[in-house]
Amino acid sequence: MEHIVIIGNGISGVTAARHIRKLSDKKITIISSETEYFYSRTALMYVYMGHMKFEHTQPYEPHFWKKNRIELKLAYVNKVDFSEQKLFTDKAEVIAYDKLILAVGSTPNKFGWKGQDLIGVQGLYSRQDLENIEKLSIEGIGHGVIVGGGLIGVELAEMLHSRHIPVTFLVRENRFWGNVLPRQEGELISRHIREHGVDFQFEEELEEIVADANGRASKVITKSGKEIEANFVGLTAGVRPNIDFLKGSELKIERGIVIDRKFATNQSNVYAIGDCAQFENPVNGRRPIEQVWYTGRIMGETLARNICGAELEYSPGFWFNSAKFFDIEYQTYGIVLSELQDGQSEFYWEHPDGKICMHFVFNSESKMFVGVNAFGIRLRHDVFDRWLNEGRDINYVLAHLKDANFDPEFYKAYENSVVSQYNSEMSENVRLQSRSWNRILTALKT
Amino acid sequence: MLRTIKYFGLGLFLIGLVVFTAVNFVGEYTVAPQKFEDWVSSKGIVSELFLQEAREQIVGNAFTSFELTSKLSELAEKSHQFHVDRIREWESEGQVSQDSINAEWSKVIWLDWSKTHKEFTYPLLQKTVGGAVADHKLLFLFLTFGLGILGGLLYILPDVVLLGPAGIKHHGIYHNSATNRGWVGISVFAYLIVFYCTLYFFPAYMVNSIIITDPVSLSLSGNSASQWFMYGFMYCVVMTVMAVRMYVKYRNNTYQIFRTTVVLFFQIAFAFLIPELLVKFNQPWYDFKNAWPLDYDFFFGWQLDQLMASGNLGWFMLIWGVVLSLIIVPVMVYFFGKRWYCSWVCGCGGLAETLGDPYRQHSDKSVKAWKIERYLIHGVLGFAVVMTIMTLIVRSTGDQYVFGLENYKVQSWYGFFIGSIFSGVIGTGFYPLMGNRVWCRFGCPLAAYMGLVQRFKSKFRIATNGGQCISCGNCSTYCEQGIDVRSYAQKGQNIVRASCVGCGVCSAVCPRGVLKLENAPNTGGSRMEAPEVVLGNDGLKSLLKK
Repeated sequence: MEHIVIIGNGISGVTAARHIRKLSDKKITIISSETEYFYSRTALMYVYMGHMKFEHTQPYEPHFWKKNRIELKLAYVNKVDFSEQKLFTDKAEVIAYDKLILAVGSTPNKFGWKGQDLIGVQGLYSRQDLENIEKLSIEGIGHGVIVGGGLIGVELAEMLHSRHIPVTFLVRENRFWGNVLPRQEGELISRHIREHGVDFQFEEELEEIVADANGRASKVITKSGKEIEANFVGLTAGVRPNIDFLKGSELKIERGIVIDRKFATNQSNVYAIGDCAQFENPVNGRRPIEQVWYTGRIMGETLARNICGAELEYSPGFWFNSAKFFDIEYQTYGIVLSELQDGQSEFYWEHPDGKICMHFVFNSESKMFVGVNAFGIRLRHDVFDRWLNEGRDINYVLAHLKDANFDPEFYKAYENSVVSQYNSEMSENVRLQSRSWNRILTALKT
Repeated sequence: MLRTIKYFGLGLFLIGLVVFTAVNFVGEYTVAPQKFEDWVSSKGIVSELFLQEAREQIVGNAFTSFELTSKLSELAEKSHQFHVDRIREWESEGQVSQDSINAEWSKVIWLDWSKTHKEFTYPLLQKTVGGAVADHKLLFLFLTFGLGILGGLLYILPDVVLLGPAGIKHHGIYHNSATNRGWVGISVFAYLIVFYCTLYFFPAYMVNSIIITDPVSLSLSGNSASQWFMYGFMYCVVMTVMAVRMYVKYRNNTYQIFRTTVVLFFQIAFAFLIPELLVKFNQPWYDFKNAWPLDYDFFFGWQLDQLMASGNLGWFMLIWGVVLSLIIVPVMVYFFGKRWYCSWVCGCGGLAETLGDPYRQHSDKSVKAWKIERYLIHGVLGFAVVMTIMTLIVRSTGDQYVFGLENYKVQSWYGFFIGSIFSGVIGTGFYPLMGNRVWCRFGCPLAAYMGLVQRFKSKFRIATNGGQCISCGNCSTYCEQGIDVRSYAQKGQNIVRASCVGCGVCSAVCPRGVLKLENAPNTGGSRMEAPEVVLGNDGLKSLLKK
């Protein structure tokens, strides 16, 4: 029986394992040095905040793995011998594989800052990071500084805030998540995060972290020379592929493990998926390294097909993503970049309360809909995916906006206000259609 | 400042609770001759042995509630034994006439184990209680319910500011001993268990707690308060105060605000005020929203007799009850799911969604628990249906025995084990340990019945939003019915489960906007089928199409 070994039990590796099991009878082993069971990395923050226990972040009960004959190994892989097709673990075990899947994920970026390895300085990526911050919190965190204004940064800010720890946020750009969000959304979210009492320092970068007598961080010095008390420093300036243990081997590595469209590396019978993989030729308009839950899942599903005999290239559908910033949810469908591209037009609507907005981008000439950002409003994925596939224009999208509303029942709806503002700003005459289950459910079927 | 108000409120609430409990350890029960004779005739006691001993030992004396109940029980048991022994003796001798034996039978005092003597002793204690509480009912109403309400509100209202901007506020739930099965949670559990056991089986021990609500009862129905009146009043008060907490906690969520308001309205109007006012106008006590088989004694003989004897209104109540259970309930479930009842109308659901909200995370999500749930709840439904059929057969044939079982006994078993222990003592008592829907999930026969309709023939589902799920587990953690919501959502599958009561909290706590409660058509199996590919993998989708 062919033995498939997967290093890494995150969403990519586990999805691959589950789908290989669905499609075949192959022997499957998953090796992880982080946890015994798969858990949802995105939920670590909820454990710290007391919304959940760690067990709740595990999507499958322990008996699931036995029932599906997926062997789990808690071990760290020190070395891979690609020519002999063998792994060597820290428990002095040697494991032979017929096919190897590298799904080893990421590690937080550190840019060689002075003091970056002190006690009280960490990222938020792994279970060990969670345990660390929990330990530090018990010892006492007086003031936290977070470096890097992105998704993990805001999670860390919310975590500290939930325990009434004052937080200062150093952001290199002039607004929150400035390299991803357009100005309007960045300002809306910055306002909301400030409303919670988080201190934003825009256009500030970390210079140095200073230690106290016990080797724990005590203050932060910024590039502009500001000194901020901090016995906790969160490093959240992005993540990079977690591939140091593979360096120096025959495996081709650049920023990540280099793969083709079918996830094959330069070594035979070795594949890489998820955060750690780098496409030699990225899919049109997408980045070579995609570090998102959803893309990890899609890669896992696709690789499983290839391992089980199909020929299938990575070809994800239209981009989508979501997040939550304190109390405001965010969803995006299609492409909305931080700066409007040449030949594109935009339409931005914001609720007077300043906590709800929608930002549409479309082609200036053809009017073809390109993407939407929504804050404080839930939108139907299926419906937007179909509109993007069908190449609908912005007027069609707005006329049928009620079909895409996914807010809970009895919520106030804003389609009228959105469409009338659009009509007056653009001198258009879009007439809002009432919701049609027929149209919505057809989107689901196709 | 606000924090100080909060703790002051908590202090007031606890004082109210202590007074409510402590009043039952004071007071004197002086059995005046006239009161005793009234009680004897209302109970139809003719045993000369009991009467003689009771007149000697009880009448004219003062007792504590514990002394008086145990004395009454002791004498009753003694007299029961005496008469039964005499009958056995006479029967074995064979010389005494059947008439004398029958006369002796009528002297036997029957004490039903399942009713723990409460129907025997309670009426006398209620009539003979004296002391500070009985003399100052209004004052004690304020010191118990009044302080409880005031303290509760002072504890809750500062959260409007303290919780910060509107949103999901679950910080620290698993760090707090009240909501994480810690010592506070276990203490609440213990108090609730003792409270429910006393209320159901030993109300004679809490006469003072009950008569405190006499002023309210007198103004509504003109009668003094029974233990059920006190409980009904307390139920409404607790739900109202905890509904305020829901308004504060979920002020970002219109669904929760509407739902809380409606379920509170149905409790106060339909389960409390209307029935009490009906009694005031000499009509039967009737809760128009209580549907069989949750209302398991609806078809019991005494109930049917009472309704049929109450003229046009009685007949209307009878027909309404049948139409409600057999037509309105399933039709409404078809259109809206069982949530229309379980989390918008029902009293048990109303308490679970207000008082029980802080404990919703304790429901067990394992596959094993789901299996136990299906056996238990459908077992209770079967029990209720069989018992009801049996009751109707007995009514038409007049023979107490059906299939060799005595109807009255079967009814007593159900009333004791299901009606009292399961729905009350366990159903509410276990909130802090097993979550707020123990009864609704594992026991309620009406929920089981509606669940079958919801699962197989309804427009209701929780829709999953394409491929947006990140498997974080908030939905499953906060599902009070123990549904592993995530296991569906992460597959891009809608959630259609018999047990879902549509509280809407999974949708509220989802950080990625993945879940929406919906009543919609079932076009092409869209309602509950898992998609072959989760939305987002277009390559795989087209491969499978080929």
